Amino acid sequence: MPFDAAQLLPILPEITILVTASLVLLVDLYLDDQQKDLNHSLTLVGILIAIALTGAVGGGEARVFFDGNLVRDALSDLLKGSILVVSLLAFVYARPWLRDRGMLVGEFYVLGLFAVLGMLIMVSANSFLTLYLGLELQALTLYALVAFDRDSRKGAEAGMKYFVLGALGSGMLLYGISMIYGATGSIEFGPVAAAVAEQEISNKVLVFGIVFLVIGIGFKFGAVPFHMWVPDIYEGAPTPAVLILGSAPKIAAFALAIRMLVDGLESLHTDWQGMLVILAVLSMGLGNLVAIAQSNIKRMLAYSTISHVGFIFLGLLSGSQQGYASAMFYTIVYAVMSAGAFGILLILGRKGFDAERLEDLKGLNDRDSWYAAMMALIMFSMAGVPPTVGFMAKLLVLESVIRIDMVWLALVAVFFSIIGAFYYLRVVKFIYFDKPAEDAPALLTTGGVRFAMSVNGLALLVLGLFPAALLSLCQAAFA
Amino acid sequence: MENLYLTIVLAPLIGAIVAGFLGGRIGRRGAHSVTIAGVGLSALLSLWVLTAFIWGDLPVFNETIYNWMVSDGISFEVGFLVDKLTAVMMATVTFVSLMVHIYTIGYMAGDEHNWPHGALSGKNSYQRFFSYISLFTFSMLMLVMSNNFMQLFFGWEAVGLVSYLLIGFWSTRESAIFANLKAFLVNRVGDFGFILGIAAIAMYFGSMDYAEVFAMAPEHAEIQVALFGGVSLMTLICVLLFIGAMGKSAQVPLHVWLPDSMEGPTPISALIHAATMVTAGVFMVARMSPLYELSEAALSFVLIIGATTAFFMGLIGLVQNDIKRVVAYSTLSQLGYMVTALGASAYAAGIFHLMTHAFFKALLFLAAGSVIIAMHHKQDISHMGGLRKYMPITWITALLGSLALIGFPGFSGFFSKDAIIEAVGHSSLFGSGYATVLLTIGVFVTALYSFRMYFLVFHGKERMDEHTKHHLHETPWVVTVPLILLAIPSVFIGWYAIEPMLISDWFASGDWNPIMVAPEHDTLLPLREHWHGQVAFIQHGMTAWPFYLAMSGLGLAAFVWWLVFARNPRIDEQLQALGGPVTRLLQDKYGFDDFNQRVFAGGGRDLGRALWMNGDRALIDGAIVNGSARTVARMAQRVRHLQTGYLYHYAIAMIVGLVGLLTLFVTL
Repeated sequence: MPFDAAQLLPILPEITILVTASLVLLVDLYLDDQQKDLNHSLTLVGILIAIALTGAVGGGEARVFFDGNLVRDALSDLLKGSILVVSLLAFVYARPWLRDRGMLVGEFYVLGLFAVLGMLIMVSANSFLTLYLGLELQALTLYALVAFDRDSRKGAEAGMKYFVLGALGSGMLLYGISMIYGATGSIEFGPVAAAVAEQEISNKVLVFGIVFLVIGIGFKFGAVPFHMWVPDIYEGAPTPAVLILGSAPKIAAFALAIRMLVDGLESLHTDWQGMLVILAVLSMGLGNLVAIAQSNIKRMLAYSTISHVGFIFLGLLSGSQQGYASAMFYTIVYAVMSAGAFGILLILGRKGFDAERLEDLKGLNDRDSWYAAMMALIMFSMAGVPPTVGFMAKLLVLESVIRIDMVWLALVAVFFSIIGAFYYLRVVKFIYFDKPAEDAPALLTTGGVRFAMSVNGLALLVLGLFPAALLSLCQAAFA
Repeated sequence: MENLYLTIVLAPLIGAIVAGFLGGRIGRRGAHSVTIAGVGLSALLSLWVLTAFIWGDLPVFNETIYNWMVSDGISFEVGFLVDKLTAVMMATVTFVSLMVHIYTIGYMAGDEHNWPHGALSGKNSYQRFFSYISLFTFSMLMLVMSNNFMQLFFGWEAVGLVSYLLIGFWSTRESAIFANLKAFLVNRVGDFGFILGIAAIAMYFGSMDYAEVFAMAPEHAEIQVALFGGVSLMTLICVLLFIGAMGKSAQVPLHVWLPDSMEGPTPISALIHAATMVTAGVFMVARMSPLYELSEAALSFVLIIGATTAFFMGLIGLVQNDIKRVVAYSTLSQLGYMVTALGASAYAAGIFHLMTHAFFKALLFLAAGSVIIAMHHKQDISHMGGLRKYMPITWITALLGSLALIGFPGFSGFFSKDAIIEAVGHSSLFGSGYATVLLTIGVFVTALYSFRMYFLVFHGKERMDEHTKHHLHETPWVVTVPLILLAIPSVFIGWYAIEPMLISDWFASGDWNPIMVAPEHDTLLPLREHWHGQVAFIQHGMTAWPFYLAMSGLGLAAFVWWLVFARNPRIDEQLQALGGPVTRLLQDKYGFDDFNQRVFAGGGRDLGRALWMNGDRALIDGAIVNGSARTVARMAQRVRHLQTGYLYHYAIAMIVGLVGLLTLFVTL
C-alpha cells in the first residue's frame, strides 16, 4: 500500500509532542542555567498545540490507519485530550519546585514529554504491538524520571525497584500477548476479536493469555497484588516525578485495559470479569485500610491510588457500555484530583525540604486559605462527598455494578469508601483545625500555579454540579 | 380586598419584626408604639370587615394569595377564606390583642426586676415581649383566615411556638421552663393527631383546600378505613383533628399544660391562654362542621370530652389559692362548655360563647394581673382581701367579669351559656344526657369558685403584710383602660350578638355557609322557634335550673367567704379539711400530672436512657463505630507490614498473584 500523507493527520498530536520533545532536547544544549525557563515554555506551547490539534483532527467516524496499527476514535480523542490537559497541569505545578532546587533542566521535560508521547500512542493503538511499544516508551521514560534526581539515594532506589518490577510486569504482558497471538494468529484487535468470537480456538489458551494480560494491566494501574511498587515509588521519587507518574499514566492504563480487554477480547468478558472482581476487591480493601496507617502523605496518596483503581475496575468489569463510560469518567476525574493533590504538596515544599508528612499540611488554612480550600475540595472529591465530582464518579461506577446484579460488590465498595473517608477527612482536619508549625516555610507558588490550581480545584466542584458534559463525552466514546 | 386582608395579617408581623430585631435600637417606647400601631391597624380593619359583613353586604372572600408548591397533584397554598365566621374571630382576636398590648405597657413596665441582675436574657426583654405578642397576633390571624389545611397547620404550630416562647418568657425561672416544656410536649401529642388528620384528608381527598374538601365530603362519608376493625373515614378524620383541638384547647386528658402555663406573664395568660389561642380548637371544629356533621361517633366523642372537661376542671378551681390558677381552671371549664356545644352540633353557640368568653375571661385575667401588680407580684388569694377600697376600677370590672362568667341574667355569659345548655339538652347523641347533667351542675360550680375568689380578693379584711398594704393603690391608666374597654363587651355583647349569631341564619352569606348543621342535629332549632327577643329569653332563663344553680352558687359563696369568713378567717382551710380525700383528689388534679410525669415523662426518660446506654453507647458507639474503627486500625497496622521494602518480596507477591489467578481461572 502506497504511503498516504493524509494518514499522518490523525496522529498530529503525537507528532507535535515528538517534535516538542526533540526541540527541547536540542534547545536545552544551548541554554545556560538562567535560561532554562525556555524549556518550560516550549513544553507548554507544545502541549497546548497538541491539545488544539487533538480537537482539530478529532471527531467523526472511527478511522484505522498505518496498516491497522493505529486508530482514531471518540475514545482516543477524549483520552488524548485528558492526558494532555492533566500533563499540562503537572508541568505547570512542577516548575516552581524544579527552579527552586536548580533542577529546571531539559531532561525533566524531555523525559516527561516522551512519557506523554508513549501514553498518546497507547491510546491510539489498534494492535497489541503498537500498544506494547507505547507502553514501553512511557515506562522507560518514567523509570528514568523517577531516578532523575541523581543525588538522591531514595530516588535511585525507587527507580531501580520500579525498573525491575516494571520489567517483570512488561514481560508478563508480552507473554500474554504472545499467547493471544499464538491462539488467534493476529496482533490487531479487530481480527483478534473476530477470531475469538468464532470460538474455534481453545478457550484454555486464551484464558491463560488473558491472565497475563490482566496482570500487565493490574501492574500498570497498581492493583493489588501487583501494587507493591506504588507506595515505594511514590515515596522515593521526587514529587514532580510522582505528579507526572501518578496522574496521566492512569488514563493511559485505562486505554490499555479498554483496548486489550474490550476491543480485543470482549467476547471473553466472563473470564476477565472474575479476575477484575478479585483485583478490585483486594485493591479497595487493602488500599483503604493501609492508607489509614500512613503518616507520610505521599504514601497515603499511593494507597489512595490503589483504592481508586479498585473503583475504576468496578466500572470496567461490569462489561457494559455504561460501565466502561463510568470507569472512564472515574479515571479522568481521578487523574485531575491526583494532579491537584500532588500539586499542593509541591507548593508546600522548599529546597532541602519536601512536604511529605501529614503534619506538613497543618494549618494550611492560616497560611493560604485559597489553597486550603482547593485542597479541601480535592480531598472531599477523593472521599466522594457530594457535591464534588468524586461523588458522582463513585455513584456512576456503583450504579454500573448494581445493574449487573452484583449488589454485594457495590456494598463492599461503599463499605471501604467509608473507611477511606477517614484519611481524606483527616487531611481536611489538619488543614483547618490545626495550627501551622512555626518554622513552616512560605508557600512556593506563582501566579500560574495559583491559576492552574484554582481551575483544577473548582473543576471538581463544577463537574460535580454539572457532570453531564464530561459524562456525555465518556458515553459517546462507547456508543 | 386582597390587599386589605394582607394588611390585616401583615401589620402585626411587621410590628413583631421591627420590635424583635430592632428592639435594642428603637427602645421601649418605639417597640410598643410600632406593635400597637400594627395591631391597632389590624383591629380597626377587622372591625370594619365585621361591620361590613353585618350591615353591608361584603362578599365572602376565598382566594389563593400565593402558591407555594405543588406536590403529587396536591397544591400547597397560602390563601384567605374570610366569611362571617372568620370575621367574628378576626375582630375578637385583634380587639383583645390590642387591649392586651396596651395593658402590657403597664404590666411589663418594671420587667427588669423580674430578671436576675445582669442576665443577658433580660436585656431588651420588654421589646421582646411586644415582639412576641405581635407575632402571636399574626399567627392567630393566619390560623383563622386560612382557606386550606396547610396554612391552618402553619398557624396552629406558629401559635403553639409563640405560646411556648411566652410561657417560658422568664427563662431564668425553672418553673417557667418546666411549664413551657410541658406545654410544648403535651401539644406535640395533640398535634400528632392533628397532622394525621390532615394527612388522612390529603390522602383521601387529594386536596388541602377547605372548599374542595367540604364539597367532596358527602361522597366520602361511606368510606370505611380498615383500622381497629373498621371505622368510617369521617370518624377517623374528625377524631384525629379533634385530638389536635384537645391539645390546643386543653381538653381532658391533654389539659394538663394550661394551668402550668400561668407561669408566663399575665397579659399572655389573658391573650393566649384564655381569649384566643386556646379557642383555636373550638374554631377549627366549627370550621370543619361539614366534616363533623358526617360522623355522629366523632360528635359524641367531642361532646363527652367537652362535658367532662367543663365539670371536673371547674371543681379543681374550688381548691386553688393562686389567683391566676383559679382563672385558669375556670378557662378550662369554659372551654369544655364550648367544646360540648360543638359536640351537640351547636357550632354557632360554641363560637358565640367563644366570643363572649374571650372578652370576660380576658377581663378577668387582666383584672387578676392588675391585682398582682398592686400586690407586688404575689398571687395567693389567701393573703389578699379588701382590695375593693384600694382599686375601685379593678374591683368593679372584675365584678362585672365574674357576673358575666357565672351567667348572671343579662350579662353576655348568660346568653351564651344558656344557649349551650339548652342546645345540649336537645341533643339526642350518645352521651348527651351525661353532658346535660354535668353542664348544668357545672353552672353552680362556676358561680362558687368565681365568687370564692371574688370575695377573698376584694372583700373582707386586708390580710397582706403591712408593707404591701401600705403601697396598695389603683394601677395606672394603661391597665385600667383596657379593663374598662373589655368590661363593656363583657356585659353587653351577648345581648346584641345572640340574635344574629344564634337565631337568624347570619353566618351564611349567599350559598356559602361556614357552619353546616345536618337537620337531624340542629339542636339550636327549638331555641330559634321559641325566640321572642332577648327579654323573653332572660325571663325564660330565670325560670330554669341553670339560673337557680348559679344564684345558689353565688349565694353560697357570699355566705361562706364573705359572711362566715369575716368571723372565721380559717373557714376556707376548715372546709378543705372537711372535704378530706375529695379535696386531696382535687388538689392532686385527679392525678393527671403525677401519672404523666411518672409514666410518660419518667418512662420516656428511662426508655431513652436504656436505649442510650445499651443501644447507642454500647452497641452503636462501642461495638459498631469505635469497635469497627479499632478493628480497621489494627488491621491497617498489620497489613502495612506486608510492604517490606525488599524488591524480591514484591516480585514474589506478583508471582503469587499470577499463580493465584492461573489456578483460579485456567481449568486444565
